[in-house]
Amino acid sequence: MNYASVHLTHLDNLWFQVSGTLCNIACTHCFNRSGPGVRTFGLLEIRQVRESLETACRKGVKEIFFTGGEPFLHPQLPEMMELCLAVAPTTVLTNGLLINDRTADRLAELEKQSRYSLEIRVSLDGWSEEMNDAIRGRGVFKQVMAALARLCQRGLLPLVTVVRTWREAEEMDVLAGFMSFLAEAGYARPRIKILPALPLGRELSRSTEARADAPLLSEELLKDFDRGLLMCSNSRLVTDRGVWGCPLLVEMPDARLGARLEDAASVYDLRHHACMSCYYYGTICGNVSPQIEGLEKPR
Amino acid sequence: MTRLALIGGIYSNYHALEAALDTMDRRGVDGVYCLGDVGGFGPYPDRVYPLLRSRGVECLQGNYDNSLAGGLGDCQCGYTDPRDNYFARLSYRYTFERTSQENKKWLGTLPTLVRLEVEGWRVLLCHGSPRKMNEFLWESTSPDSFLEYLLDESQADIVGVTHTGIKWQRKLSDDRLFVNVGVLGRPENNGQTCVWYTELSLSEQRASVNFVPVVYDHQALAADMQAEALPRQFIETILTGWWTTCLEILPHKERARGRF
Repeated sequence: MNYASVHLTHLDNLWFQVSGTLCNIACTHCFNRSGPGVRTFGLLEIRQVRESLETACRKGVKEIFFTGGEPFLHPQLPEMMELCLAVAPTTVLTNGLLINDRTADRLAELEKQSRYSLEIRVSLDGWSEEMNDAIRGRGVFKQVMAALARLCQRGLLPLVTVVRTWREAEEMDVLAGFMSFLAEAGYARPRIKILPALPLGRELSRSTEARADAPLLSEELLKDFDRGLLMCSNSRLVTDRGVWGCPLLVEMPDARLGARLEDAASVYDLRHHACMSCYYYGTICGNVSPQIEGLEKPR
Repeated sequence: MTRLALIGGIYSNYHALEAALDTMDRRGVDGVYCLGDVGGFGPYPDRVYPLLRSRGVECLQGNYDNSLAGGLGDCQCGYTDPRDNYFARLSYRYTFERTSQENKKWLGTLPTLVRLEVEGWRVLLCHGSPRKMNEFLWESTSPDSFLEYLLDESQADIVGVTHTGIKWQRKLSDDRLFVNVGVLGRPENNGQTCVWYTELSLSEQRASVNFVPVVYDHQALAADMQAEALPRQFIETILTGWWTTCLEILPHKERARGRF
């Protein structure tokens, strides 16, 4: 089969799979099956972060992201974030469970020191214990709300990240529910980011939607489409096992593009159903919806 | 020495445009450029165009201008918060309906990028970024590495952009400069009611930026907006200097500095 190819136009976004697939919870929709004891990928060394960062800066990188697993399981995460924030805006994607007072103090200090924005994306999948914990595990809701309060008390405005596990018709009600709940809980200026559920990892078992005949992204579909919206055209992910073209495809060996950022391949063939996510929604993994920036070539 | 006045989004604020042009006349400039987004947000969109034409302002096309000229029925904003989408659409529909066909057509003729050679400096002016009309370049999310890349790629010594609504400048290698010129359309989300334009002074030895505050009759603008039944949230921004809607685009630092 001939797959559609995408070239790296420019390295806008550098991602670090900093804690590998190691996580302290196992969400039912996790796209890379992270969880306690899951070591498909391991912890990144600070040396790998420093080297990749230098390469990325030479290439004119725009933003840095830390993901996992749960990034705060890495004991050197704050140090790594400090390195990154010295040169570029930096985002960390976290479940919030390890954000105690000491960590929140450190994050506030990092934010204050840097001339670039620090974004803390905290995952939450419902505005009640019942809704959230069904997906993220028992007791998680209370701990996350406590983490959000700690961040807010220090003047940080975390970006609450929610995976869409409801029907499209319910979207407005769900959003309104989140906004009012967060405001009542003391987060006076709630910031929310919605992510689509991804047809990958554990989500395949959670969702009942049939995907056997899901289409691949073909050259035909990409005709007149702004390929700049595809993450592999603007991003690379550094893991302890090499460089990937997309954080979503980290379980796919064919998405590994090389050992180091410096010599990673610049072309990726779109071989997976998950590539349709960028086609439908744009580079969803960024902090601002690409729909807001607007499409260069509207569909 | 050459002095250029660079103005960002006007958003139909003809009161501020007039005040800014008067200030430029007093201070003396060798050229005036508007980096796009003539309409949106404010009242009576057609009142801006005669000022631009009679006072010799060279205009570029912004994303809003592009949508209006293309006859798109929607601003194509896709905010997560339905409240933001509501205001964005309302503002676009009002501007679309009140902008004459002739002016829409004119917007379609504007260049998206202007290159100048001034006192030996290669100057590039555009709306969002040199590579994309609708790219947001905020101070806190535009690292030096990325700006150097944009300057290299566009073969420019000085790049001027707008689009975000908040001004900033960065000095880069080889005396190069990147500047977001701010906007005339609405205040900067800092509790002040004035708006800003940018003065770029160029001599063979030196390039420098001066941000010029424009104190204008914002009460008159607010009264116009009220007469046109524009949302009270927009009027509040004009009267207080704080942004009240469509805040989702703001990165952490810029958002944290605001009130909402």
